[in-house]
Amino acid sequence: MSDSDIVQDFLVESYENLDRLDRELVGLEKNPDDAAALASVFRTIHTIKGTCGFLGFNKLEAVAHVGENLLTRLRDRQLILNPEITTALLSMVDAVRQMLSQIEVSGQEGERDDSILIATLTRLLQPPATPAVPNIGDLLIQRAAVTQEEVHFAAKQQAEGDPRHLNEILVEQGAVRPSDVVDALHVQQSSRGAATVSDSTIRVDVGLLDKLMNLVGELVLARNQVLQFANRLKDPGFLAASQRLNLITTELQAGVMKTRMQPIGNIWGQFPRTVRDVALGCNKKVAIEMEGKETELDKTIIEAIKDPLTHLVRNSVDHGIELPEARVKAGKDQTGRLILRAFHEGGQVNIEITDDGAGLNVERIRKKAIERGMVTAEQGGRMTEREIFNLIFLPGFSTAAKVTNVSGRGVGMDVVKTNVERIGGTVDVQSTLGRGTTVRVKIPLTLAIIPALVVTCGGDRYAIPQVSLLELVRLEAEEAGKRIELVHGSPVYRLRGRLLPLVYLNQELKLTSEKPKEDEAVNIVVLQADERQFGLIVDEINDTEEIVVKPLRKQLKTVKTFAGSSIMGDGKVALILDVLGLAQRASVVTETHDRAMAGKVADAAVTSTQKQTFLLFAGPGDSRMAIPLSTLARLEEFPVEQVEVSGSQWVTQYRGQILPLIRLDVALEERRARLRALRIPPVPGSGPIQVLVLNHEGRSFGLVVERILDIVDDRADVKVEATRPAVLYSVVIGDRVTELLDIPAILRGADLHGSPPSKAMNAAGAVN
Amino acid sequence: MANTSQFCTFYLDKLLFGVELKGVQEVIRSLDMTQVPLAPQVVSGLINLRGQIVTAVDLRRRLELAPRPAGMLAMNVVVRSEDGAVSLLVDEIGDVVEVEESSFEPPPETLRGSVRDMILGIHKLNDRLMHVLDIEKACQMTDVEEATAGSSR
Repeated sequence: MSDSDIVQDFLVESYENLDRLDRELVGLEKNPDDAAALASVFRTIHTIKGTCGFLGFNKLEAVAHVGENLLTRLRDRQLILNPEITTALLSMVDAVRQMLSQIEVSGQEGERDDSILIATLTRLLQPPATPAVPNIGDLLIQRAAVTQEEVHFAAKQQAEGDPRHLNEILVEQGAVRPSDVVDALHVQQSSRGAATVSDSTIRVDVGLLDKLMNLVGELVLARNQVLQFANRLKDPGFLAASQRLNLITTELQAGVMKTRMQPIGNIWGQFPRTVRDVALGCNKKVAIEMEGKETELDKTIIEAIKDPLTHLVRNSVDHGIELPEARVKAGKDQTGRLILRAFHEGGQVNIEITDDGAGLNVERIRKKAIERGMVTAEQGGRMTEREIFNLIFLPGFSTAAKVTNVSGRGVGMDVVKTNVERIGGTVDVQSTLGRGTTVRVKIPLTLAIIPALVVTCGGDRYAIPQVSLLELVRLEAEEAGKRIELVHGSPVYRLRGRLLPLVYLNQELKLTSEKPKEDEAVNIVVLQADERQFGLIVDEINDTEEIVVKPLRKQLKTVKTFAGSSIMGDGKVALILDVLGLAQRASVVTETHDRAMAGKVADAAVTSTQKQTFLLFAGPGDSRMAIPLSTLARLEEFPVEQVEVSGSQWVTQYRGQILPLIRLDVALEERRARLRALRIPPVPGSGPIQVLVLNHEGRSFGLVVERILDIVDDRADVKVEATRPAVLYSVVIGDRVTELLDIPAILRGADLHGSPPSKAMNAAGAVN
Repeated sequence: MANTSQFCTFYLDKLLFGVELKGVQEVIRSLDMTQVPLAPQVVSGLINLRGQIVTAVDLRRRLELAPRPAGMLAMNVVVRSEDGAVSLLVDEIGDVVEVEESSFEPPPETLRGSVRDMILGIHKLNDRLMHVLDIEKACQMTDVEEATAGSSR
């Protein structure tokens, strides 16, 4: 190994260690008694110092040396960590880091004068006036085994000449149980010799992992090819072998993907330091909290979001959280809270950055945007709150009253947005004036291999990322002509009562100019782009497949309709559709639509507390009815053969019990008519019946309805009195009048309500 | 033999072109191609080169020559550009020639238009002239409007 190799290794190792030092030092500031962390910090500096001496970097060694001295005192409890010491140690870390980068560039430490830093560190070596409390005492206090006073008392005895150990004195005094002391000693012990994770991990070159990833991508393609052959050849032996290959490849793919996954904590780790520095710089007090540090993301994505996230965090501290005095005035704790949350949701990772600061001032942003000419006064006046908030992502927008060294320079939020969108993510901001702001970043888990739906259009195949896919609709030839309607020339389809704009892929891609034929079946791929749905009409829907995403070359980057390319099982190249780009091209997502949508969503945000989720279904005579989703246990479909008649009651066997079935058409009849209906045991018709399984006051029963329609969120605040029994109100849900069922009334009507629970389960009892 | 360099030559509409041999990755027969709708006109499509997806540029279109006669299969000259491998579609592959620097001349002033940017100069061979192609320029798609690309389809 040559000298330069040694230096290289030293640099790589030291950089990693320094990043950890930052974290640990800030952590220590909060929790100065963390002996394990102190020991680790000490070890790191010690290693750096030792290697520097060996490699002849004397200046670096001198700085690390005083740092080490200071840490020795801290470790031996002769000193207690305070903000001053932390700051000094952090600046030592910075100095070391600067020297390392100098060494990396030039191989020399460079000309620098660290005498002030060394002097500060040396000065801090002097112990403060108060003696440090012995370690074991601290541990016991932490464990709530003893009180501070008891320890002090024992320590005093020790100081007065008692030769025994502190714990012995404490046990003798009866202040603490011996078992607690044993536990505390264990903690002390383990923190001394804490096992490092380095034994079970090795460092691997990222380039190697990338290469492996590419190879696995190729393997996935080869596997797909083999599987196609296997299906054609119908040779059982070959089929079995290819199935095994399939399984192994899938597992290998998952494994290799995992090697590239990193917990988001890796980049969050530096945030406590960032927050501390920024907060100190603007005289604020900020506590950072993190949830979901272990949430894993692909390495490439982690790298891509590091800068945007750092910017958002700095922004929150600098602009979001108020000065301590202002906070106290506003009745908040003087220490601001900054909460980072990360979690997986629907194949995506959500990252939220929440502060409890001043929040965004809608009027100020509006005024600023109009002043800067970003929107006209008239536009500005009409914009909804959410739209206004999203203005902060425009280039050159900054509401900071003054430019600080941290933020407010007009670059920032737009860069954040561009960077996040570049990797297929979205940024959204929500805020309440005086209460705080939440920035939500949604990003895909990985960019390398994604599930996609493969469709054919104009003879070529295209892949549609599964994340944008909502559902598939096929209209048979005889239906298609009728079901696709025109709104002033634009094709639409009624999807569960709502108009879905339709886009012909072949027309958008200019593959053909001819009008769609009337007498062919139509395949609609329902897609979601930017909270807006549209239907994409393709020639053929092939299959879903895991595809390896390969980025498009520069020459094709201008084509916004495609997100990338991939190689299919047969070795041909297929393009991956960029659903958002396509939607924009087809004008599905336009300014006005966005506006309307943004308005709706903003309204929703304001009133979300009053919103309820309803299950919509068709009752007798196709009437539109609903129940709150919370009352629903399950949706079931039973073949009529399973419906039995017990007395005048329909029942079915369900999960080992007898489930009474209530016919909604009977329940809604007037009482007299109902009695007539009850006298004749009803005969089930043909075809399966749709049943809502409900739980009410510990009883299960099934409500037979005509058809399930949809699940919607709505406020349902327009109410009128019911016009028939078993209906609570007529309300407007999803812009249509809907009857909200009164479940207790239905139970009463069916005479189920009065019977005891045990009997209700038993159909014979239920019908009496 | 001082100051000589090697060129990979090929023909386009009976003209002889050459690219520096060290910029050429490989030469292959015609491959299955996937068209890219809405792409600039000069992009013929995408090919799968042993797992690597490569953009194929129709040099005839790029150099504003007459379109390739129907039925004539193009050859792929895969070159290494700054942006990775790009396949240049040519009519026919010629020899590898070794030329001296002294035979080089800049393009004549009468050569105008966008083509001039792509031709570094001319090497005077014994029996004919070889156009020296600038690989980077040839692979660049200067904002060709989608509309013009689409109209031909």
